[in-house]
This record gives sequence, structure tokens and C-alpha cells, in this order.
Amino acid sequence: MLKNKKLRRELPLYAMLAPAVVVVLVYAYGPMIGIVIAFQRFLPGKGLFGSPWIGLDNFRFMFQMPTIWQVVGNTILIAGMKIIAGIFVPVTVALMLNDVSSRPFKRSVQTIIYLPHFLSWVILSGILIDILSPSEGIVNQLLELLGLETIFFLGDDRVFPFTLVVTDVWKSFGFGTIVYLAALTGIDPALYEAALVDGASRWQQTRHITLPGISSTIILLTTLSLGNILNAGFDQVFNLYSPVVYRTGDIIDTLVYRTGLVNNQYGVATAVGLLKSLVALLLIGTSYKLAQKAANYTIF
Amino acid sequence: MARNMLRPAPFFNILNQILLAILAIVCAFPIVHVLALSFSTSTAAASGHVTLWPVEFTLSSYRFVTDTPAFGRAFGVSLQRVLLGMPINMLLTILVAYPLAKERRQFRARTFFVWFFLVTILFSGGLIPWYMVIRLTGLIDSIWALILPGAVPIFNVILMINFFRNIPPALEEAAYMDGAGHGTLLWRIYLPLSVPVIATVSLFVIVGHWNAWFDGLILMNSPSRYPLQSYLQTIIINPDPKMLTERDLEILKVINNRTTRAAQIFIAMLPILVAYPFLQRYFTTGITLGSVKG
Repeated sequence: MLKNKKLRRELPLYAMLAPAVVVVLVYAYGPMIGIVIAFQRFLPGKGLFGSPWIGLDNFRFMFQMPTIWQVVGNTILIAGMKIIAGIFVPVTVALMLNDVSSRPFKRSVQTIIYLPHFLSWVILSGILIDILSPSEGIVNQLLELLGLETIFFLGDDRVFPFTLVVTDVWKSFGFGTIVYLAALTGIDPALYEAALVDGASRWQQTRHITLPGISSTIILLTTLSLGNILNAGFDQVFNLYSPVVYRTGDIIDTLVYRTGLVNNQYGVATAVGLLKSLVALLLIGTSYKLAQKAANYTIF
Repeated sequence: MARNMLRPAPFFNILNQILLAILAIVCAFPIVHVLALSFSTSTAAASGHVTLWPVEFTLSSYRFVTDTPAFGRAFGVSLQRVLLGMPINMLLTILVAYPLAKERRQFRARTFFVWFFLVTILFSGGLIPWYMVIRLTGLIDSIWALILPGAVPIFNVILMINFFRNIPPALEEAAYMDGAGHGTLLWRIYLPLSVPVIATVSLFVIVGHWNAWFDGLILMNSPSRYPLQSYLQTIIINPDPKMLTERDLEILKVINNRTTRAAQIFIAMLPILVAYPFLQRYFTTGITLGSVKG
């Protein structure tokens, strides 16, 4: 009787969940079943279970792709540089902004640097392709004005990865800055008063109060971003790269896209994607564990 | 506000502000430059005289863009996508967050469902199987392909759960004693108290739908069904002759000059710029909400 009553009370909760569960089952769990494509020579006409099984051939093919290790290396290098820049720049800017006493000035700077965060990579790439153009772009015009050499930011494969990092900072450091500014407001002002009484210099205050005060946030965001080392930013790379910079700019996600949806090698593309997902799972698991240990972080 | 109590040395203070001002200018410069281009004549743009202010001010690029049927159509698809996607996303987000915000004794299957949803952010089938499932469910070329597969945004659900969990349980218990069911609780107690988080998540969702381009690009076979960002991707970033008809190519030649490109970029940016004051306010709230754990 009591048990029934409890179940009756819970029934509406199940009903609320039902539509979302159906959507997630189909569009998130469905593709997980679709992973079987990685072990088939997938023929769209024959469907998921009619296509011939070929064991690990797709994986073997993948490791024989001439560029596979280069692409993995590019991915880790680009993602790694982005992670480092993504900590260093926002922390520095937040510390600088925190020292500004004029509120309108602070607000204006925040407003400006935060804007690119809300624009898509299609929009930002449209802007970048124009301003970085070697013939008519304003950036190269400025370089020439200063007597410097023209740089082909999007077409020179030695420069391209750095273009990616800098433009990624442009889009995202405003957001990071706001997160760190929020952390800075949590520092007890009494600490600075005490430091002042003890005659601590500005640098000593920063070193011994401010940085330790936001270190838990820094550690948390760093560990969480480690789970993303295989995500070098598909949206950005896809909209900025071209075959001339594949050597340094092609990443796992763009390779999967071209293999699967341009060249229609569904099996191989799925195999590459699967391997990436598995490694990412391992990395995310580890980074959450680290975040939990280092900063007491839980998602809920 | 925790500020260094030691008054900064004037020299340091000035240098600091100058550096920050330069930083802000560098960040804004590309956007302002493209805006200036869009209001200049193509000859002025080609001569390289446009920097931060229009040269030979003209609206002809805008007139050309708004007269291009394909652009207007794509704008309409994007609008439709936002207007359909936002309510659906919000409804599902709230309906998932409410049960999952309950304690385990109130909802015994909570842990199971939390994991059911969490697994999907930890592991995914990858691009190709995702595409195949959408094709299998017959959504290719339909507006629903842009809405249904992402209808339950897990990160927003987490944000919402964290907010719901901070609502004092006493309120709920009192209402329960008065015989309120879950529907009443959600509608009369949770939602009225959650206006800030609902505003935040709605804005997340609107920006997300407006900015999405990849799904439109691969899930719509005919370019006439592209939302604006996918359309711009094919026109500006990556003109692909295979995807375009001969007439499209003719238009492309004209539309792909610098000033019309700039005008298109700016029109696509406009809704975000208009909403920006709200975005800034509520996204900051969102960040703070996300860090408050129940």
C-alpha cells in the first residue's frame, strides 16, 4: 500500500522525463549502436546490419593513412597551445582589470573583449579571412606601413597553427577573464589590509594573496580542459584551413569529416572517430578525477 | 570588491590602463573595420583606404544583399529554427531538470537517469553514426533535423538542476502538505523562483541556434534550406562549386566581393549585437550560477 503510494507520487516524474529520454535514446544512444559501422564495409543501401563485416580492416587502414600521426600531432599541439594561452591570457587580463579603479573603464573593456565569444566561427572567420588577406587585408597593410614583410596568416603552414591560437584567444579570453574576475571578488579584503599593515609591496600582494586566492579556479579549469586535448576546435579549423596548410593545420575532427562525408569512407571515418572518443573518455575521466582531488569539484 | 588596498602607484596605474585600452582596441578593431567596409563603395574598399570609418558612404552593399532572395530565405530558416528550437529546448530542459533535482528518497530512479544523461556527454558515437541515425529517422532536409537531435542540451540541464537544488526544500514541503502535485510544484513554485536561470538558459539556447552552421551544412541536401550561418559558410568561407547551380555561381561572383561580404557578415551579427546587453548580463549570472553547487 505504502509502496504503491510512493510509486504513484513518482509517476509524474517519469512522465516528465519520458520525451527527453526518447530523444536522447534515439539521437545520442542510437549513434553509439551505429559504431558497428567501424567494423563494416558500410554500404548505405544495405543499412546498419546488412553491410559486410570486415573485422578490424578499417582500423588497419586508418593506421596506414600516410598523414594519421601528423594529424594526431597537429591536434595535440594546437589544442595544447590553446589550453596554455587560455589560462595565461585570461588570468593576466583579470589581474590587470582588478587593479583598475574606474568602474566605467573596467566595464567598457569587459564589454568589448567579451563580444567575440557570442559570434560563430563562420562570422569570425569571414572577418579574419578579410583582414588577414595577403593582398588586400588591413593587417598586412599595417605590416607594410611599418616596413615589415607580408605574412600569409592562413596560407603559410608554418604560421597557420599560431594564427589558430591567437584568433582562438580573441574569441574566448573575454569569457575566461570574467570567470577569473568572479573568483577574484571572492578574496577576503581583510587579507590585503593585513598585508598593507605588514608593508607588503604590490608584487608581494599579488604573489601571496591574489594568486593563491584564485589558484583553485585555475587548477580546476586547467584539469577540466585537459580532457579536451584531442579537440583542437573543429569549427574554427574547418572555417579557416585549406589544403595548403593541411601539413600543420589538419586535425582529427576535420580528417574524420573529409574521410566520411566528402570521400564517403564511412567505415574508416567511424573507426577514427571511435578511437578518438575512447581516448577522450579516458582523458575526461582522468581530468574529472584530478579536478575532484585538486579542487573538490563535482558536476552536481 | 576585493581590491589591492595599497593605492597603486600612479605610473603603474596609467600603464595598466593604457595596456588594457590597447587590448580592447585590438579586439574591437576587426569587427569595426568590417563594419566600415560594409558601408563603403567597392572601389574605396579595393583602394585600401578604409580603416575604421566608411569611405564614400553607401548602402548599396546592404541593398544588394537584402535583394538577394537566397539570403532572405536563409535568414528566414534561421529565424524559424530559433523560434521552434528555443521553446522545445526549454521545455525539455525544465522537464528533465525538475525530476533530477529531487533527492534520491523522493525519486528512487534519480541516479539511473542522471547517468543516463551524463553518459552522453562523456561518450558519443561520433560524426558518421550520428549522421546515419538522423538520415535513418528521415530528418534530412527537414527543419527538425536542426532541432530534434540537440533538443536536450545536457549542459543547460546541469545548470538548471544546480539552480533548482538551491530552492529551499521547506517551500516544497509546505506545498506538498497542502496537496500540491509535481506539476503544481514545478509550475507554481520552481518556475517563478527560477526566472534568472531560465533567462540565462534561454539566451544560451537562442545564441546556440542562431550560431549553429555545421548541422545545417551536412543535414540539408538542398542549399535553399540552409540556415543563415550555413549559407554564409558556403558563400563566404568555402564556396563549393559542386553545391551551387550555375545561377548561384553568377550571383556568387557579385556577392562575393569585399563589401557585400562585409554587409552579409554584419547582418548575420546584428541579432547578437542587439541582444548583447542582455547576453552580457545573464551570461555572467550563468557563470556564477554554474559555480554554485547545491
